Amino acid sequence: MEFEWSVIWDALPQLMVGVKLTILISLAGIIGGFVLGVIAGLMRAYGNSFINAIAFLYIEIIRGTPIVVQVMFIYFALPMLAEIRLDPITAAIASIIINAGAYIAEIVRGAILSVHRGLKEAGLALGLPFWKVLLYIVGPLAFRRMIPSLGNQCIISLKDTSLFIVIGVGELTRQGQEIMASSFRAVEIWSGVAILYLILTGTLTLMLRITEKRMRIL
Amino acid sequence: MSIVEFKKVTKKFGDLVILDEVDLKIEIGEKVVLIGPSGSGKSTLLRCINALEEINGGDLVVDGFSVKDGAKNIRIIRQEAGMVFQQFNLFPQMTALDNVAFGPRRVRGTPEREANEQARALLGKVGLGDKEKSYPSELSGGQQQRVAIARALAIKPKLMLFDEPTSSLDPELRHEVLQVMQELAEDGMTMVVVTHEMSFARKVGTRLIFMENGKISVDGNPTELLQNTENPRLKEFLQHVH
Repeated sequence: MEFEWSVIWDALPQLMVGVKLTILISLAGIIGGFVLGVIAGLMRAYGNSFINAIAFLYIEIIRGTPIVVQVMFIYFALPMLAEIRLDPITAAIASIIINAGAYIAEIVRGAILSVHRGLKEAGLALGLPFWKVLLYIVGPLAFRRMIPSLGNQCIISLKDTSLFIVIGVGELTRQGQEIMASSFRAVEIWSGVAILYLILTGTLTLMLRITEKRMRIL
Repeated sequence: MSIVEFKKVTKKFGDLVILDEVDLKIEIGEKVVLIGPSGSGKSTLLRCINALEEINGGDLVVDGFSVKDGAKNIRIIRQEAGMVFQQFNLFPQMTALDNVAFGPRRVRGTPEREANEQARALLGKVGLGDKEKSYPSELSGGQQQRVAIARALAIKPKLMLFDEPTSSLDPELRHEVLQVMQELAEDGMTMVVVTHEMSFARKVGTRLIFMENGKISVDGNPTELLQNTENPRLKEFLQHVH
């Protein structure tokens, strides 16, 4: 068969609609997931046994179930259970936040615990309250150590958005499939979709490289 | 009033008794040198003073505040008792100047310019006026420890606690740290020093305390004790550290 570039050009406007939605879901999901992950990670690292158990339970449930099942649960089961009805995009963003949050929590916990105990003591010995020690000393050091793993998680979450095809969110993969259904040009369309994903993840990788260069890991 | 007063202080790690009903008074201006075999409780005793270790029994009063009176009083105690660690524990993401200015800025709320000026003066005092822009990783161990002393001094403590400040340094770097500590002592600072440096104890110390099994077993004048002590355990200990 012949590779028809024109098929990709013709499909591009519709694919770009998908790209926009993929970026929106990923960005909101990753930012929200980071906030949730930091909270759960701190609960794991410093909480008493009760608080620690709550965070542990959350992390285990999310890491132990597929993200497709999670989004199906949020989108189809929540309305039945609790009358909570979310539109597909909100459900998708919520899924990424909850899913990425669980993985990021472990990244945060690991990074915090890797910071030498003596630095925390040095901060406390100056008479700082614990939250300031976290904010000014442990936090910045832990964050630098998180960057490589956070980058990994960002890329995974971005690609996970393709799974929201199951609840009909019009992200990139879904757009590809819709075009496919009418044109039957599988090679061109899926090549185009793959390249667009590569551009997105490539940009993320580049941004991480720059951040890592600017913030030396100590 | 004593600046530090231990009243039957007990400290345990699990079932292991580290400090066993220790009574001790330290007065303003004293330079107390704490020695003893490893595991004798000397570092723990020091760390109890600024509440880095929580005591399990008795009471410990520092500058009128009990370490048992809650987080707020503990923070006041810590601001009155500067601490220097064996491993320096400088903040690696900050320059020497930022390390020293950090305490005043974040603890005392001193404006940045003023904190930096004070920090510059303190770095000059420990002989590192030309290193203010260096990061800890760019400094030798001796230089790092001197920055750490300046950092502790920056919050204007009433007493200084030194936890084996020269133990992780090469012999030729120890001298520069001991020199700074001696100058500090000459300025009249109250000091409690856990160390194995007997020459420092002799030259600078006004009081020598020998600890054994969580108890203070000898407490007296360093010059006299180091010349001839009657305690056989101290005698033996001194033979090993000399």
